[in-house]
Amino acid sequence: MTTRTRIDWNNVVQDVVDMRGEDHTALIPILQDIQRSHGHVPREAQNAIAIALDVSQARVAEVISFYSFLTEEPQGQYIFRLCQTISCEMDGKDEVASALERALGIAFGETSEDGLFSLEYTNCIGMCDQPPAMLVNDDAFGGLTPQSVQDIVADYRRKGEER
Amino acid sequence: MGDRVILGPYAPGTAVDAALDQRRSDVVMTVRESGLRGRGGAGFPTGTKWMLAAAAAGDEKYVICNADEGEPGTFKDRVLLQEYPDLVFDGMVTAGYAIGAKEGYVYLRAEYRYMLDALENVLEKMRSEGRLGNAIRGREDFDFDIHIHLGSGAYVCGEESALIESMEGRRGEPRIRPPFPVVAGYLNKPTVVNNVETFALVSRVMEHGADWFRGIGTEESAGLKLYSVSGDVQEPGVYELPMGITVNALLETVGGTDAAAVQIGGASGTMVTRREFDRKIAFEDIATGGSIIVFGPERNLLGVLENFLEFFAEESCGQCTPCRLGTMRLLEGVRDLQNGSVEPERIDALRNLADSMAISAKCGLGQSCNAPFGSILDAHLEGVAR
Repeated sequence: MTTRTRIDWNNVVQDVVDMRGEDHTALIPILQDIQRSHGHVPREAQNAIAIALDVSQARVAEVISFYSFLTEEPQGQYIFRLCQTISCEMDGKDEVASALERALGIAFGETSEDGLFSLEYTNCIGMCDQPPAMLVNDDAFGGLTPQSVQDIVADYRRKGEER
Repeated sequence: MGDRVILGPYAPGTAVDAALDQRRSDVVMTVRESGLRGRGGAGFPTGTKWMLAAAAAGDEKYVICNADEGEPGTFKDRVLLQEYPDLVFDGMVTAGYAIGAKEGYVYLRAEYRYMLDALENVLEKMRSEGRLGNAIRGREDFDFDIHIHLGSGAYVCGEESALIESMEGRRGEPRIRPPFPVVAGYLNKPTVVNNVETFALVSRVMEHGADWFRGIGTEESAGLKLYSVSGDVQEPGVYELPMGITVNALLETVGGTDAAAVQIGGASGTMVTRREFDRKIAFEDIATGGSIIVFGPERNLLGVLENFLEFFAEESCGQCTPCRLGTMRLLEGVRDLQNGSVEPERIDALRNLADSMAISAKCGLGQSCNAPFGSILDAHLEGVAR
């Protein structure tokens, strides 16, 4: 495991606020930016955002808790989101789910210890014509099989280790 | 597939040029006369919505494209945005001209973030060609720009007032309506919110005329529609077919004639069984945003209902009690039903609960649970599938 250097969240927030502005309509874009760059929006960052935008800390926290793509807890560098909705459910989702758990070495709802992967279920991702389907960060994959999932995981593992 | 019109060739700018040849009020009239109704599923007449927004005082108005396509089984907007972005954006520019707005937003669901760069590139190209930005097509009296606002993963934001709350930097909790967005929408200004497909169809109406559109479909449901077809069919995909097509005719087109049941309108829609396959897919019969999920005779329909209720229980925003608790109770009920341990009185109570949610929940999410609950339960009890 790599030791994490201490992050100055005030600086992180200030940089993003400089770009996005202090208007309340910028709150979610700011949270999205920090989520993307740092894998989560911890309390320290939330407090800095609240001060910068002049809103309550509760407002920032309640927004984060509402949306499934925003989290207070750290997520992996690559987030695997397997669709659990009906067309995928009917077409081999369970086999693919098991294959994902094996290949990633984690269960649904978990993040790997090296911080590389998170695995979760998601609702319909609009890939119902190519079931079963998943998102890995911003990439969509359809027509998954237990075999193709192994290859996809191997690709991301390689990418992650190169960084 | 040479006769496709919505998903046919399109020369970027065509719709906007046609609109700018008309007065703003005439563009609204053209859309009204076309009979176009909102393609997100609710079916509100698009021209009427525009007329209300156009009539609202002030020049600060907004046009929002609802690209928060989250209804289970629908993916037509994904295809439109990936393959026909100009068609969608030109529809938004047309709306901006018609109602007198200067700014438009696409609310793009987080799950579609992979399209973001490509869409931004299209917008940039439009700006460089004078099709977006200041003085569009040299018209000093018409400025309009489009920005993309990314969602963060919440089905309920497909509801227009929740979408607006989200754009304003809050939890996506639906507002009490009225006032409707056409009066007080984004930043409390008059706002037109239309579905991706609706904007694409506006462009086709500007291109081919109101009479062409009105001449397709039924009296109450004019024009063409995109259907997202998935499940037990030979050829899943997006189909362009008239409104008012029967379930049977649609199944023949997509290779789904073995179907025992079809869910029309996604998780919040209605299940129809074989004996109802001569019904029409139209606002006056079975309304839908275009999600068609086909089930063969081997499917466990209670399992389907459980999957939908898990979806609703998870996606309920939690703001109003009927929906927050009702979705959980219905889910428990269908799980007990699957275990076979349910008295007839309990089934009646669950149906009553679903019906009371329809009249007491704050928004469409809780209000529409009774459609799948009642119809799928009926199909199960009929024994049309396993």
